[in-house]
Amino acid sequence: MLDSTMIELSRWQFAMTAMYHFLFVPLTLGLAWILVIMESVYVMTGREIYRDMTKFWGKLFGINFALGVTTGLTMEFQFGTNWAYYSHYVGDVFGAPLAIEGLMAFFLESTFIGLFFLGWERLSKRQHLTVTFLMALASNLSALWILVANGWMQNPVGAEFSYETMRMEMTNFMDVIVNPVAQVKFVHTVAAGYVTASMFVLGISSWYMLKGRDLAFAKRSFSVAIGFGLAGILSVILLGDESGYEVGDVQKVKLAAIEAEWHSEPAPAGFTIIGFPSNEDEETHGAVKIPWLLGLIATRSLDTEVKGLKDLMRDHEIRIRSGMIAYDYLQRLRGDQDTPENRAVFDDHKDDLGYGLLLKRYTDDPSQATEEQIRMAVKDSIPEVAPLFWSFRVMVAAGFWMLGLMILGFYFNTKRVIQEKRWLLRLFLWSIPVPWIAAETGWFVAEFGRQPWAIGEVLPTSIAASSLAPSDLIISLSAFILFYTVLLIIEMYLMFKFGRQGPSSLHTGRYHHEEAATASRSNIAGGPAPVLAPQKRQD
Amino acid sequence: MIIDYEVLKFIWWVLVGVLLIGFAVTDGMDMGVGALLPFLGKTDDERRVIINTIGPHWDGNQVWLITAGGAIFAAWPIVYATAFSGFYFAMLLALFGLFFRPVGFDYRSKIADPRWRNAWDWGLFIGGVVPALVFGVAFGNLLLGVPFHLDDMLRSFYTGSFFGLFHPFALLAGILSVTMLTMHGAVWLQIRAAEPIASRAKAAARIFALISIAVFALAGVWLIIGVDGFKVVSMPALDATPNPLTKEVVADSWAWLANYANHPWTLVFPVLGFAGLWATMKLAAADRPGWGLVSGSLAITGIIMTAGVSLFPFILPSRTDPNSSLIVWDAVSSHLTLTVMFWAAVIFIPLILAYTTWTYTKMWRRVTVEEIREQEHLAY
Repeated sequence: MLDSTMIELSRWQFAMTAMYHFLFVPLTLGLAWILVIMESVYVMTGREIYRDMTKFWGKLFGINFALGVTTGLTMEFQFGTNWAYYSHYVGDVFGAPLAIEGLMAFFLESTFIGLFFLGWERLSKRQHLTVTFLMALASNLSALWILVANGWMQNPVGAEFSYETMRMEMTNFMDVIVNPVAQVKFVHTVAAGYVTASMFVLGISSWYMLKGRDLAFAKRSFSVAIGFGLAGILSVILLGDESGYEVGDVQKVKLAAIEAEWHSEPAPAGFTIIGFPSNEDEETHGAVKIPWLLGLIATRSLDTEVKGLKDLMRDHEIRIRSGMIAYDYLQRLRGDQDTPENRAVFDDHKDDLGYGLLLKRYTDDPSQATEEQIRMAVKDSIPEVAPLFWSFRVMVAAGFWMLGLMILGFYFNTKRVIQEKRWLLRLFLWSIPVPWIAAETGWFVAEFGRQPWAIGEVLPTSIAASSLAPSDLIISLSAFILFYTVLLIIEMYLMFKFGRQGPSSLHTGRYHHEEAATASRSNIAGGPAPVLAPQKRQD
Repeated sequence: MIIDYEVLKFIWWVLVGVLLIGFAVTDGMDMGVGALLPFLGKTDDERRVIINTIGPHWDGNQVWLITAGGAIFAAWPIVYATAFSGFYFAMLLALFGLFFRPVGFDYRSKIADPRWRNAWDWGLFIGGVVPALVFGVAFGNLLLGVPFHLDDMLRSFYTGSFFGLFHPFALLAGILSVTMLTMHGAVWLQIRAAEPIASRAKAAARIFALISIAVFALAGVWLIIGVDGFKVVSMPALDATPNPLTKEVVADSWAWLANYANHPWTLVFPVLGFAGLWATMKLAAADRPGWGLVSGSLAITGIIMTAGVSLFPFILPSRTDPNSSLIVWDAVSSHLTLTVMFWAAVIFIPLILAYTTWTYTKMWRRVTVEEIREQEHLAY
């Protein structure tokens, strides 16, 4: 049995570093395409303002990207440092998409990103646009492979346990790639990235409009982002993760937990819009339900049943008991009783081995577990419901909030009156954090909802960690918190500094602060007057 | 096409070597530049020249490391698991060192305050020296044998301590790693940075090449007389289902030289190490740094391969429980995974080399202080 404090701390460290990493990823995924759009317009029309837009938003992209790379390194190291048994147990399958991500995507992205920033003077217009395009394409390809890996953790297809090597081994690479969970996750995640980047550009552009400065620049940026963002938010919501909840036991449990559905309801099930779920009582207190809605969302039909948590736990108990037999025969096979008979029994039960391993939290030998230990393992076989229930609702609310904003923004922008709708511009400005809230709560639902599994139905989190001591974790966790906090402060400082400066930070002499600086020498008191002059020149 | 399992196992040993050498030759050079940054750049402009010689490339170069890590994860999962968790604090030290680079390069010149810039320059120095040192020390520890064992469920337990990693021999390997990469970085600056940095870099290249020769020789002598190797006494067939618990391994004082004795042609690697270092020293002095970069790359290849050939077939020998040692034949992934990964590598590595070469060609020039001043707000 591994030290439970050490496992808790390992989970905290992974969760914190992963969620921190994902503060930077979605902006990269989306902003890269926004840069491609802006630069394409520049190359096609030759209008300098679009080059300035590409350069300025590219500057903010760079500030964000630097921390994305930094914190991404941690993710790669951490599987080995902190989740060593996991790495051994599933590296044969999980490692492949990660390595291919490096070869196919990350190399491309990282090689061209340097040229994106520093190649303006040394590449032709078309070459530079190609570089920007490849960078955007590669960052999204990168997400594809990472989500193939993550999708496999949720729904481990195309692989089988081998008792000889004591690990999962790949049986069909195509199955791993076309895993339905991975595919919907990819679409959902990159579209969420497009929304994040759009909200970022929209919020900051709104601020320039509210301040009445660099209007031509701000309006054009707004126009690019609003179209992209509206398409993004529609994809996120319409092609939501939901369809992925149909496959695999873990996804079913997750769905029931999100909905706090303890008992299977006759189809179509009602959607609990609000309530207070309790794992202790196995019930949701004060639930307010909308009839039919859950059945429609989850199964896209009126006659398919959504299984409740209690029924799922009953299934789990059967599988845990079967897993005890699997564990017993695994010991025999790995000992000196590798006979065809033993192999046959093991093969009958091996799909439940993971469930048997849930007992490892309570006993070194799951095959000898007591009834009490089995009862506890069954309890453990579903995640804590309340945090999932709430974070899912926060994510959905954030999504619909942004959908509303995007529709309004798109409408007024098309009517060319967006600048006059100061209330809406203010909403855009203050909504900059909303996509991040949605992304973080979304990942929380996906990963916390996967518990107690590291790999769904295969490897419990409680045995996936390295054989470390709690003190090791306390030191490393403290170091991460310290470093990451300092880095975040620096990053936010630079973002605000350059966000405030706006395109003036390019020092082209064409924008607000530069003109204001030259104008104020001759003018008395700044005032908004000098702002208007440079605007004309840009149009 | 199906390739025999035992052949694939060997190919993956070569491919991991290729990725590690690719990392050392490309990003190792950037680390060398980082190590030299605070010393060869006397003014802010000069330091920006140094940074901008590698500015467009360091990020792509770093992916050699990331991909090598990913490839070890996929091809040798239990090695990845055992080494990263066993060398826990050492790995985190390397990781935290690496943190300084992405932010250092991008953030340093965004604010003009000299204290800010100076702080990041030392950050880039740490980001160059610390990971290079740690990776070298790690290699040294492979040769010494690592204190770990596997239980019957193949969970690994590391029984050493963080400070135990800094055995003098391992430290010597770490120093060699730092000095050879610093030499390599210096040669790069001799080519790509304007005067007076180029001349300073020339002196540095010569000094670090000389030190590297001495350290490599010392480490070699130490390995021969002071470090016990390990040898496999019995094991299943080479193409057997990989199980690290089915072989017998013993410590043997001459084992690390066995491959050189049995296959004398492999002596080409240590010779390449020495000859490459010596040639780099001479070429730098003769103002032929272009060829110096080639010879430096060959030296690095020779030195890494020297360690690899000594260890072969061991990847991670265990000092405390030799039978738990991880070797090329039994610490690997399944036949299918190795096959899939092999084709991915065959397709993508040439592509990577092609577009990387294109970016180097496009950005090829001597970076001058004038250029930095002209592009004050664009350059790193």
